[in-house]
Amino acid sequence: MNRRLTNKIATTVFVSCAVIMTATLVYLLGYILTNGLSEVDMDFLTSDSSSAMAGGGIKNQLWNSFYILIVTLLLSAPLGVLGGIYLAEYARPGKLTNVIRTSVEVLSSLPSIVVGMFGLLIFVQYMGLGYSIIAGALALTVFNLPIIVRVTEDSIRSVPVKQKNASLALGITHWHTVKTVLVPAAFPGILTGILLSAGRIFGEAAALLFTAGLSTNRLQFDTWNPFDNNSPLNPFRSAETLSVHIWKVNSQGIMPDVDEIAAGSAAVLIIFVLIFNVTARVVGNIIFNKITGSK
Amino acid sequence: MANAQKSETNNHRLLKSNNSSSKKNEGRGKFLVFTSAVIVIIATIAITVFLGYKGIRTFFVYDVSLWNFLTTTGWDGTENSGAFAFIFGSFAVTFLAALFAAPLGIGSAIFMTEIAKKWGQKFLQPVIEILVGIPSVVYGLIGVTVIVPLIRNHVGGLGFSLLAGMIVVGVMILPTITSISADAIKAIPSDIKDASYGLGATRWQTIYKVIIPAALPSLMTAIVLGMARAFGEALAVQMVIGNVKGLPESLLDSAATLTSIITLDMPHTTYGSVHNSLLWSLGLILLIMSYVFIIIIRFVSSRRKI
Repeated sequence: MNRRLTNKIATTVFVSCAVIMTATLVYLLGYILTNGLSEVDMDFLTSDSSSAMAGGGIKNQLWNSFYILIVTLLLSAPLGVLGGIYLAEYARPGKLTNVIRTSVEVLSSLPSIVVGMFGLLIFVQYMGLGYSIIAGALALTVFNLPIIVRVTEDSIRSVPVKQKNASLALGITHWHTVKTVLVPAAFPGILTGILLSAGRIFGEAAALLFTAGLSTNRLQFDTWNPFDNNSPLNPFRSAETLSVHIWKVNSQGIMPDVDEIAAGSAAVLIIFVLIFNVTARVVGNIIFNKITGSK
Repeated sequence: MANAQKSETNNHRLLKSNNSSSKKNEGRGKFLVFTSAVIVIIATIAITVFLGYKGIRTFFVYDVSLWNFLTTTGWDGTENSGAFAFIFGSFAVTFLAALFAAPLGIGSAIFMTEIAKKWGQKFLQPVIEILVGIPSVVYGLIGVTVIVPLIRNHVGGLGFSLLAGMIVVGVMILPTITSISADAIKAIPSDIKDASYGLGATRWQTIYKVIIPAALPSLMTAIVLGMARAFGEALAVQMVIGNVKGLPESLLDSAATLTSIITLDMPHTTYGSVHNSLLWSLGLILLIMSYVFIIIIRFVSSRRKI
């Protein structure tokens, strides 16, 4: 066959791959948003879910999602950043470092359902936390930790070595250099990574089925005592999140408006995930420009 | 820690005589980061040990035969249960999804790195990132509301099928494969591409004879990583595959995977029962497989030439 013709055919094939992929995304987003947004109104966002009757909302699930997200980030961000600093700055090539790297790799490739089972065993049963926000957040920490470790290590390693050497040459100790030179310079990268991971946590469901539970109390948003069972702040109550809710109404829901609830919840979920992704990019760029002084 | 930081910034950043305190801080800082790194190891070991223990118990405490468990079908929650149908289902979904996502993903990667170098990257990068970000329940939901009825009405069967699982999981692993492949292709030195073009090769000839062979180990890594993700995917698969406990006979038959059975059965079993223990063994298979995928990736990427 004529080689020019072959070349043209091949180019067409590659272009169609990219077109298929883009079309899939456009279709997915378009489908979720057009189907879902018509179900979303103030009432949907601010009323309790209902287990048998039509007209349930997602107020508590939405709150739970954010609560678990925040607790998870409070646990995993400091730990992950410190671990990343160790790998980037202190780890010497050797057995221990290899073990740490392998551990990060294993943790990041674990199926989330396996993390959920581990959470069920350790946090829910052995530690006696029951199905709770805190058990869910601990499981998600296991799931999120390797991502933050990696992002931090990469960001710190990409800081120009001259900056570090300049600081060390002034007689500043290594740790102080890390704190005052490396981490600030790596901050945009780390923050972007954390925000992206927030999107992932927000949408995660499999790891939460057996840890945060499939039900939620009727939260009373006027009881702010964290030890009250119906308080939104209580970290020891079971908490169905928005993504778990989508799964649950779809597989076990008996209310007549299952499809509408699922579609509406999915639209809300997608919008928040998109917000996290876009914010991650924008914030990362703004801080990067501020620090480097480029326009 | 917050206090330490505050007092540190209150001091001057320049060299100070105050050496003992900075040494102490140095030690404290080192201890802090080291502890965090060790926690990562502890978490990994804890998961491996506890899941291993719970999974192996089935074969010692409840006298389930390992061979029987791995090779027979028929899942009734008793000592005679066999998980072969689910193991088969997981592998089938994984390979079928890769079969469909790998060419598409590598094709898109070639598009963004070789064909539309300038804007392909700018355009497809956000597409990839958003696809990665879509939660798996949402993929599952679209599977149930779009793909399952589509298969039922136009291809046949119930719709809840291996085919639906393959499509949903394939789309989910597509961005993973694309972005890693694109990185791999970008890492190829432009010298060898230029040499190929210099010899008068067309773009297709260069892609086919130079770029793909040079990037092959990394492309394989991309595919294996995608397969690892497919193997462990739980909710999206569970929602569309039908969860029938026998072996599927065709793509249009309902099936079940390891993850889908764990998801479904776990809440209905009592702690300490055989049925519950069997589920932990399924979880152990998932854990072992994620180690296997890591080993395969290490093996494949050690063959990287460039």
